[in-house]
Amino acid sequence: MIFLAIVNAVAMRGVTKTFGAVVANHNVDLDIRRGEILSLLGENGSGKTTLMNMLSGIYYPDAGEIFVDGNPVSIRSPKDAFDLGIGMIHQHFKLVDVLTATENIVLGLREKGRLNLKAAADRIRAICDQYGFAVDPDKKVYDMSVSEKQTVEIVKVLYRGANILILDEPTAVLTPQETTRLFAVLRNMKAAGNAIVIITHKLHEVMEISDRVAVLRKGEFIGDVVTAETDPQKLTDMMVGRAVALNINRPEPKERVRRLEIRNLTVRNVYGVKALDDASFDVYGGEILGIAGISGCGQKELLEAIAGLQRVETGSIRYYPDGDGGSATELVGMNPLDIQEAGVALSFVPEDRLGMGLVGAMGMTDNMMLRSYRSGKSAFANRREPRKLAEHVIEQLEVVTPGVNTPVRRLSGGNVQKVLVGREIASSPKVLMTAYAVRGLDINTSYTIYNLLTEQKMQGVAVVFVGEDLDVLLELCDRILVLCGGRVNGIVDGRTATKEEVGLLMTNLRKEEAV
Amino acid sequence: MSTPAVHHDPALRIVKRDGIALWKNWLIRLIAVLFALILSGLFIYAVTKMNPLDVYKSMYDGAMGTSRRTWITIRDTMTLLCIGIGLAPAFRMRFWNIGAEGQMLVGGIATAGLMIYLGDSMSTPLMLVVMAVASLIAGAVWGILPALCKARWGTNETLFTLMMNYVAIQLTSYCVALWENPYGSNTVGQINQQTRAGWFPEIFGNSFTLNVAIVLLLTVGMFLYLRYTKQGYEIAVLGESPNTARYAGIKLSKVIVRTMAISGALCGLAGFIAVAGSSHTISTSTAGGRGFTAIIVAWVAKFNTFVMLLISLLLVFLEKGAKEIASQFNLNDFASNIITGIILFCIIASEFFVNYRVVFRRRKEVGPS
Amino acid sequence: MNLNLQFFISAIAYGTIILYGALGEILTEKSGNLNLGVPGIMYLGGIGGLASAFLYEISTPTPNPVVCLLLSFVCAFVAAALGGLLFSFLTTTLRVNQNVTGLALTTFGGGVANFFGGALNTMAGGVGQISVAVTSGAYRTSLSFSQPVLNLLLGRGFMVYLAVLLAIAMSLFLNRTRRGLNLRAVGENPATADAAGINVTKYKYLSTCLGAGISGLGGLYYTMDYTMGTWGNDAALEALGWLAVALVIFATWKPLNVIWGSYLFGLLTWLYLYIDGLTRSSQELFRMLPYVVTIVVLILISIRKKRENQPPASLGLSYFREER
Repeated sequence: MIFLAIVNAVAMRGVTKTFGAVVANHNVDLDIRRGEILSLLGENGSGKTTLMNMLSGIYYPDAGEIFVDGNPVSIRSPKDAFDLGIGMIHQHFKLVDVLTATENIVLGLREKGRLNLKAAADRIRAICDQYGFAVDPDKKVYDMSVSEKQTVEIVKVLYRGANILILDEPTAVLTPQETTRLFAVLRNMKAAGNAIVIITHKLHEVMEISDRVAVLRKGEFIGDVVTAETDPQKLTDMMVGRAVALNINRPEPKERVRRLEIRNLTVRNVYGVKALDDASFDVYGGEILGIAGISGCGQKELLEAIAGLQRVETGSIRYYPDGDGGSATELVGMNPLDIQEAGVALSFVPEDRLGMGLVGAMGMTDNMMLRSYRSGKSAFANRREPRKLAEHVIEQLEVVTPGVNTPVRRLSGGNVQKVLVGREIASSPKVLMTAYAVRGLDINTSYTIYNLLTEQKMQGVAVVFVGEDLDVLLELCDRILVLCGGRVNGIVDGRTATKEEVGLLMTNLRKEEAV
Repeated sequence: MSTPAVHHDPALRIVKRDGIALWKNWLIRLIAVLFALILSGLFIYAVTKMNPLDVYKSMYDGAMGTSRRTWITIRDTMTLLCIGIGLAPAFRMRFWNIGAEGQMLVGGIATAGLMIYLGDSMSTPLMLVVMAVASLIAGAVWGILPALCKARWGTNETLFTLMMNYVAIQLTSYCVALWENPYGSNTVGQINQQTRAGWFPEIFGNSFTLNVAIVLLLTVGMFLYLRYTKQGYEIAVLGESPNTARYAGIKLSKVIVRTMAISGALCGLAGFIAVAGSSHTISTSTAGGRGFTAIIVAWVAKFNTFVMLLISLLLVFLEKGAKEIASQFNLNDFASNIITGIILFCIIASEFFVNYRVVFRRRKEVGPS
Repeated sequence: MNLNLQFFISAIAYGTIILYGALGEILTEKSGNLNLGVPGIMYLGGIGGLASAFLYEISTPTPNPVVCLLLSFVCAFVAAALGGLLFSFLTTTLRVNQNVTGLALTTFGGGVANFFGGALNTMAGGVGQISVAVTSGAYRTSLSFSQPVLNLLLGRGFMVYLAVLLAIAMSLFLNRTRRGLNLRAVGENPATADAAGINVTKYKYLSTCLGAGISGLGGLYYTMDYTMGTWGNDAALEALGWLAVALVIFATWKPLNVIWGSYLFGLLTWLYLYIDGLTRSSQELFRMLPYVVTIVVLILISIRKKRENQPPASLGLSYFREER
């Protein structure tokens, strides 16, 4: 086999894609082969999804060439991709809510003859039986759970007979059992001679499922290796560019004062599912509390519940302005304005910076006054102070911007985050919550953020740091709370805990004897 | 591998602009207006065979030829502008208030009703204040209803406000029938023609001074309101990102209802100005589609009330000009609607070139190859 | 009895105009395009049919009714579809705001129609009213029954039945065919439809142009049958256009509901004539009913949040694939 000339199913050469000033992919070369599962590995924001979107016809490359089975091709639309046998399962499902599973699956197909939904449903059942999926073909998508929707997406691609299959973070929403089942399907498909790409940043999955690994870093292709000839350490090095030794400064907490007391907090998400289930813990001033967990385990709901942005079903969130002995304010039932007016010094750096924390179309000055514009009796908003603050933040955090009135969405991701964090710190909070504060930021900016948080901690602020990178959590935080499926699965000491320990708590269901 | 394959780029691609220089922005719009003027000149030439240059001269005569015509043009500009100003806060909030026509009509009904029932019972200044307040309230009610449903249940505001127009039109027909004068004419006629009670008084020898004063005051006021007040800031934040507004502790429903109250009220005030300040009667054509035209004015001007002034003037100028040509050539008045349509399409289309740029195949964007 | 029959006859005639208007708008809105230019488009259809019939009738001493009919039908459809094409170009290709474009189209369509309608009246000379007797007669040819109810149901011009058939056909198209499914997907979620290989632009253009053509037939029916081949410069057709937009909401975007909805609107519109003791002013209040009922329906569907009754999810939004 080694001596046969291998024609790549897909070859990408010198592919570049930019969005405005942001370079998503630069000069990428990538080979995808039949009968092989390729892992496309990279950190968040390394350009994995953008690259694959150029194969599935969602984006069109600015430069570079794409070959399928050795022939140069131009993939201008998803239809072109289908015609070439390329099928992609997106992380954000591309399903029409008001249609049934069957209708979604046959959508856009150019088959001859009348639309026969019954026959299609039968074929879907056959595919499901073959691979062990469970899909009700007549169920409307809006009635489906997240994993059901993903199953529909996969069946859709199989139904279309795709032979080059791209899956974007497929396991993020699956239970371990479903993941195992998915991997079994992928192996079957590989055995049948298909080319399979999975986009992921989970190393253990890479090791388990793939034959070859291609690594992207900051939009550039770093290299590819045969999985059997590598190990997680080497892959991590390729991914981050150097061995993971972060050396984040972590001084000992000085005076720990209880700020928040959270008891039996239960929150349901928009689908009525318990996103947070009976969570209880305390947050102390003078320390950084890390929150770890697989994405979508209740992190968002937890922070938003505290900030007054989520309806709480049961439980309490008590805020102690003067520490343990003093009076407490119950935050449940308050909206953000109530919280502010009750004198609760709470700052929140949300995950969606431009969609929630800032107004992208406004300049820095106007964004600085977002939470303070009400001050004063005048009907007119005072822009002098916010402008000063904006200039202060530019200077202190070295924000790169043409001016205080340039819309912040035109700034780079790192600068956007500096603006947001700068504003939240400026209000001298007693509790500072951050969600994925360094996602998509370069190393330097990330360290700026770490240092800022540590500085706040040393000033006695209670810092809550929701993170996804375990190395960072273990080097930055004093304590780490691990969420799993909306439950508090354990709280460990950041100085003594190991990565394995936290990883186990993240993936395993709560053990009754633990904590 | 070494031979580079032919790259089949699409012939042209559309790329979203990241931002555009102000002068370029206005240059594009200016070109659109000029293009529209040429198109409408061609249209008039096609139906009248009139020398295109004479067309513009005739139009100028129609709109500005005499002092009286100039003042009528100014009066109608002010009415259109007033509606546009009313719509500005709603659009800034990304709330599609398509109901200006109806809000203006109910304001007009309130004004006409008071003119009739109050008659000569109070002094004109007091009566004007009473009528203005009534028209503000009537318009506000018309605006608040859709806003309440939007805030409470997310009811589609475009469709709701649109339907409210026709409720208002029927209400106007009802009132016309009720107040009909003389009996059987199916019109209200000039209200208080003898006493002129409730009519805008002549100030500095001109009947339209008050129209201009009120609307210019609103132009400045709304500009300041949107740009410098706390409420204006809230509207902008909510319009750009409702999620951010929630995060900032802005009560969405409160701002939606309050803003629509203001929006409806000012459109109602336009009805007051139209009735008490110019026509002195009420009919279903008191609004006459201006509620819809103003939507385009407000939208194209991007909430800047001074730009609205220019666009309103342009539209009214063309309308008067087209009517002049129509009467010269014994054509009907609807020629002005065609011309208004042409210019609106051109200005609307120019929006594309402001927001996007077209990249042709030949242009290489990447340096190293 | 006769009076009541007349009531139903007027309701059917009135309903048929808005039935076409609403059907066309449903087809358009199913692609996610909210075309508020329906009144303008119906005007275009009306003048297209009338002008072509008029020019043909004065060009020949013995106009052939079949030619009259075909010619005016095609011209009405094409004139209205051109309005849809303009809307599509501006909103789909140039991605301009749909509300604004639709309103401009209403102004423009009304202007064009009334301008040329007025011109035709002038050309016809004399009383200032044109009349295309032969064509209008062709449209009003119908069976005649002595039994009054039969006559009510079967004694109308062919366009009444065509409208009902069209509604049924459209319902089948949307729910039973591949293209119908694709179209619904485009209106619900264009990004998904695009990813599924559906040409979103093509669907938006086609459904908007065909939809406009169908709406235009409402204008044609109005001029040929309802006003018997004359042109009056009043705003009646504009009001009917908005009523058609209302009917789309009332019918919760379902063509079959439009059939009974249109006749119900017709009944509501003429109800005041058959209620004793109404003054002329309170009659006007009755004519408010269709709009009030529509508002109530609009509020109810937003309260009940039943997914099947919602407007197409992307209604009113432009789609740009590379938006991010």
